[in-house]
Amino acid sequence: MSFLEIDNIVKHFGSVEVLKGVSITLEEGGFLVLVGPSGCGKSTLLNTIAGLESITAGEIRINGRRVNELHPSKRDIAMVFQSYALYPNMTVAQNITFSMEMRGVPKPERDKAVQEVGRLLQIEPLLKRKPSQLSGGQRQRVAMGRALVRDPQVFLFDEPLSNLDAKLRVDMRTEIKRLHQSMGTTVVYVTHDQIEAMTLASSIAVMRDGEVQQFGTPSEIYNDPVNIFVADFMGSPAMNLIQGRIRSDGGALAVALDRDGAEPLTLAVNGAGEGLNGLNGREVIFGIRPEAITDAEGADRTAKNVIQTECAVEVVEPAGADTFVVTRLGGREVIARMRSDTAVDAGSLAPFAFNMDKAVFFDPATEQRIA
Amino acid sequence: MAANTQDTAIRTSRLARAAIYAVLLVFVIYYLLPLFVMVVNSVKTLDEIRGGNMLSLPQIFTIEPWLKAWGTAQIGVSPTGLKPFFANSLAMVVPAVVIATLLGALNGYVLTKWRFRGHDLVFGMMLLACFIPFQIVLIPMATVLGKIGLAGTTPGLVLVHVVYGLGFTTLFFRNYYEAFPTELVKAAQMDGAGFFKIFYRILIPSSGPIIVVTVIWQFTNVWNDFLFGASFADFDSMPMTVALNNLVSSSTGVKEYNVHFAGAIMAALPTLVVYVVSGRYFVRGLMAGAVKG
Amino acid sequence: MPRLVLAPSFILILIFVYGFIVFTGYLSFTDSRILPSFDWVGLTNYAKLWQQRNWSIAIKNLAIFGLLYIVICTAIGLLLAILLDQKIRGEGALRPLYLYPMALSFIVTGTAWKWFLDPGIGLEQVVQNWGWESFQFGWIKDRRFAIYTIVIAAVWQTSGFVMAMFLAGLRGIDNEIIKAAQIDGASNVQLYRRVIIPLLRPAFLSAFVVLGHMAIKSYDLVIAMTSGGPGRATEMPATFMYSFTFTRNQMGVGATSAVIMLMLIASLIVPYIFAEVRGRGDGR
Repeated sequence: MSFLEIDNIVKHFGSVEVLKGVSITLEEGGFLVLVGPSGCGKSTLLNTIAGLESITAGEIRINGRRVNELHPSKRDIAMVFQSYALYPNMTVAQNITFSMEMRGVPKPERDKAVQEVGRLLQIEPLLKRKPSQLSGGQRQRVAMGRALVRDPQVFLFDEPLSNLDAKLRVDMRTEIKRLHQSMGTTVVYVTHDQIEAMTLASSIAVMRDGEVQQFGTPSEIYNDPVNIFVADFMGSPAMNLIQGRIRSDGGALAVALDRDGAEPLTLAVNGAGEGLNGLNGREVIFGIRPEAITDAEGADRTAKNVIQTECAVEVVEPAGADTFVVTRLGGREVIARMRSDTAVDAGSLAPFAFNMDKAVFFDPATEQRIA
Repeated sequence: MAANTQDTAIRTSRLARAAIYAVLLVFVIYYLLPLFVMVVNSVKTLDEIRGGNMLSLPQIFTIEPWLKAWGTAQIGVSPTGLKPFFANSLAMVVPAVVIATLLGALNGYVLTKWRFRGHDLVFGMMLLACFIPFQIVLIPMATVLGKIGLAGTTPGLVLVHVVYGLGFTTLFFRNYYEAFPTELVKAAQMDGAGFFKIFYRILIPSSGPIIVVTVIWQFTNVWNDFLFGASFADFDSMPMTVALNNLVSSSTGVKEYNVHFAGAIMAALPTLVVYVVSGRYFVRGLMAGAVKG
Repeated sequence: MPRLVLAPSFILILIFVYGFIVFTGYLSFTDSRILPSFDWVGLTNYAKLWQQRNWSIAIKNLAIFGLLYIVICTAIGLLLAILLDQKIRGEGALRPLYLYPMALSFIVTGTAWKWFLDPGIGLEQVVQNWGWESFQFGWIKDRRFAIYTIVIAAVWQTSGFVMAMFLAGLRGIDNEIIKAAQIDGASNVQLYRRVIIPLLRPAFLSAFVVLGHMAIKSYDLVIAMTSGGPGRATEMPATFMYSFTFTRNQMGVGATSAVIMLMLIASLIVPYIFAEVRGRGDGR
């Protein structure tokens, strides 16, 4: 039995269906990230877990106990909000212990808890201040402290880092991961930032229009996307999605990609699975991540199927650690991620190495994965 | 983010909700009662009011009190009804609103887009002027109006209302233009537009809401004013509020309550109509006037 | 050019506001009676003013009226705002009904309440007609209670406006804070007492200043309802100033009372404006 079970949840706002039957399960100590574009229902889902919004149908269980009817404060959860939602009229210490005060915990005990949390998050010097006297990062810590002090069964985070600047966001991300590793509490975390999702999660649910598109480990989501939406949403730069045709020459499968003013590029597909058999001549969407297209020397040595070919270079974008090289296949820009010292020039031909182990194929009509 | 603001988190039980609605309705009655009393009793005969119940509907419906209040009631010494004073009020309100709004818009424009040294001091002085008790200016105002020959005239009252409305109209426009992108003004300057051209072509076209707010605010204040009207108007320029008060508190003769109520509704109608038509802007003006002081 | 455009308004304000304040202030040190005079008499008028029985009644009435008016308006306004904030069906219809009195002239309000509270034809008679024969409600004609009838009418006129101020404050509160308090286990009462009402502090302050300011200035309503009577029972500083200046021909004393009124209002407004300006300087 899983620790957090979200069982076929439906939620209506008036006539709009914002959650259309969402089911997710999470092990104790797991870190679930709900990710998706804005309006996909991820925040609503989190609010229903918290009990801040009612659900139209379905069931939520925490540690085997049905919580649908329970008041938020009775669900043994804690939540960190995007705006931090600190009470401006109270000091940091009062903010942290407000929930204990509401439960009638005596003052000495509360003081002890504040000291502990303060030490854990290194906010001891701030305890007497008001939220308005804190920086964004400090407020973030206090909001976490307010959640930590409750020692809940489940932590809920609603885009907690989106109001921080880029550098602080990376630091806090690491900090959250470290806290999770040391405390081992179950976490549900909402973000629209797919890098946050990848770095933090033990499981990711990619959502769109009130439905879970794919639920799996970060590597499953990244390497084996079930449809074009997931493939496109996760990863930066995004996966190259190129129109092509399957060719089958006496059993050997290949994908042909159109090129401007040249023969189509034909890439042999070995071991890509049975999904492509019998599709000779069919249009497909060929998906390959930028890091699977490299310069010849940069190719993955453990890969079994690497195809080298020359392509016309349109743009070269050095980015420090890597150089992104743009070519055009199937009428679309295709980005290759090459080593930073690769010598390529825009307008010339250069060797590209395609790691076909990483290739995926989608049906252009249904947008679902076929191989 | 997303749609999470649609549910207010506060929950209330069914019983509590019933109680809430009950309380809210009680207050509806409280607020509507005086209006109800005025309307109902303005169409009753005097005998019915004296002998009957103020809260009951009229047994004999009559518009006589309305006709009397409008055309023949005794105001002061002459039986003119409220009609000429309604006209006086209109003649006073329209120019006072137009001039004060126009000046306020220009002031707001200068104070935000053409700042000069000491602009905040100038604005601060205009702002403080909004809050003075008018008693402090009554005596010198009476003297000055007499000296410049405007005592007891409608233009005199217009002058008074423009001067003491300026603070607020300037405040409204200043706060509105403060949020207006200065880049647009700069861009227009680069395109060769001058001071007034920028005002007419760039600011005024996007000032719709604040013009409405200001006009309503100034209209309501000037129409409802009593103190200035009572202090500086003579019989020929007396505004509606002063005439109504004369009608109601004249101690001679029979107290014609029904006529008083009809007259009160007449005095209230213009502002009530404005309120019904554009309540949103009325409230916005009130709030802007309140929050900034 | 810009300064030229601003100049007329500024000069008007300079003369008609600040110049006049100085002029009235000067008059309060002179022996002006029916017309302004410039014979300096020092603080005589101030001494005279505080010896006036009418003035002490006016000040006492202002204290009673101001206190009750502010407290009751704030209480009703806050109550209505909180109730209206509970996702009320028909809020859009209720709000304007609470607010419309604000659009009326005090003279109209005064006329309506004057006759409605009149024991001969108004409420007293209505209740007696309903069968409670011994019911008495003659406050408006009673020296001891007349001032309270003015409070009733004034509250009627302004409490809806205070409601609107509080409602705006409530709507400005971050919904996430309310959610956080719920997760923290606050009951509805605790939520309001500990979290929401403290967050309304700015609205309380604005309401206090606006209401206090209106209380000090109140003139029209008193004139319309009681003309300061019965006797002098509802004399207020504003009515005192008017009658001493224009009907009793004691302009010096009238000017003095106006100066006191200005000082009362200044003591209310100036700290508020300073707090506003400094608050903005703090950056939140």
